[in-house]
Amino acid sequence: MLSISQELADRIVAHARADHPDEACGIIAGRGGVPERFIPMENAERSPTFYRFDSMEQFRVWKEMDERDEEPVVIYHSHTATEAYPSRTDVSYASEPDAHYVLVSTKDDTEVEFRSYRILEGVITEEEVRFIP
Amino acid sequence: MAIEVRIPTILRNYTDGAKAVDAEGATLDELISNLESRHPGIKDRLVDQGNLRRFVNVYLNDEDVRFLGGLGTPLSDGDTVTVLPAVAGG
Repeated sequence: MLSISQELADRIVAHARADHPDEACGIIAGRGGVPERFIPMENAERSPTFYRFDSMEQFRVWKEMDERDEEPVVIYHSHTATEAYPSRTDVSYASEPDAHYVLVSTKDDTEVEFRSYRILEGVITEEEVRFIP
Repeated sequence: MAIEVRIPTILRNYTDGAKAVDAEGATLDELISNLESRHPGIKDRLVDQGNLRRFVNVYLNDEDVRFLGGLGTPLSDGDTVTVLPAVAGG
């Protein structure tokens, strides 16, 4: 299960809305599996169907997390024309076994789908999301 | 010539859980072969058909080796090489 503050969840959704129709991406860093620090990342692909963190930005952010003893608790990205379910490419590139992979869909103008998964060795497991007020 | 190699979580099963290991080599290519001799199986996760895998980022100190010389990038004693899987998807 992913427990996340409503405020952090809202920031993910706001980022996804702002970058629509391109995919938005980023992480929430934290300790002990608790998501705390919101870090929007640049989608180096600037694409409606693909995302990739800029390699230098990723290096700086990962180094900073290492220094602060944090980990990427949440790795999020948006789907802008399909449902919030991991695509085949999402699964093949998933490389953080301890992260919650959050997907939001902005295909609808008013409703937002917000879902979370574990992706481990090619297997997708959806998990419950609890929003903390 | 010792070079520190920082290993991402997903590859630590090759290094007995170590976050960083030492290896040797005058170039990145040599370093990876040396890593392979100490941690069998790791090379295949980094290199495919003679090139760095597209979705693996390798950094020499603070630079992405793609902007240096790829596998031919020369290394010096005391350098740090960091491996990070690209975060990407569709």
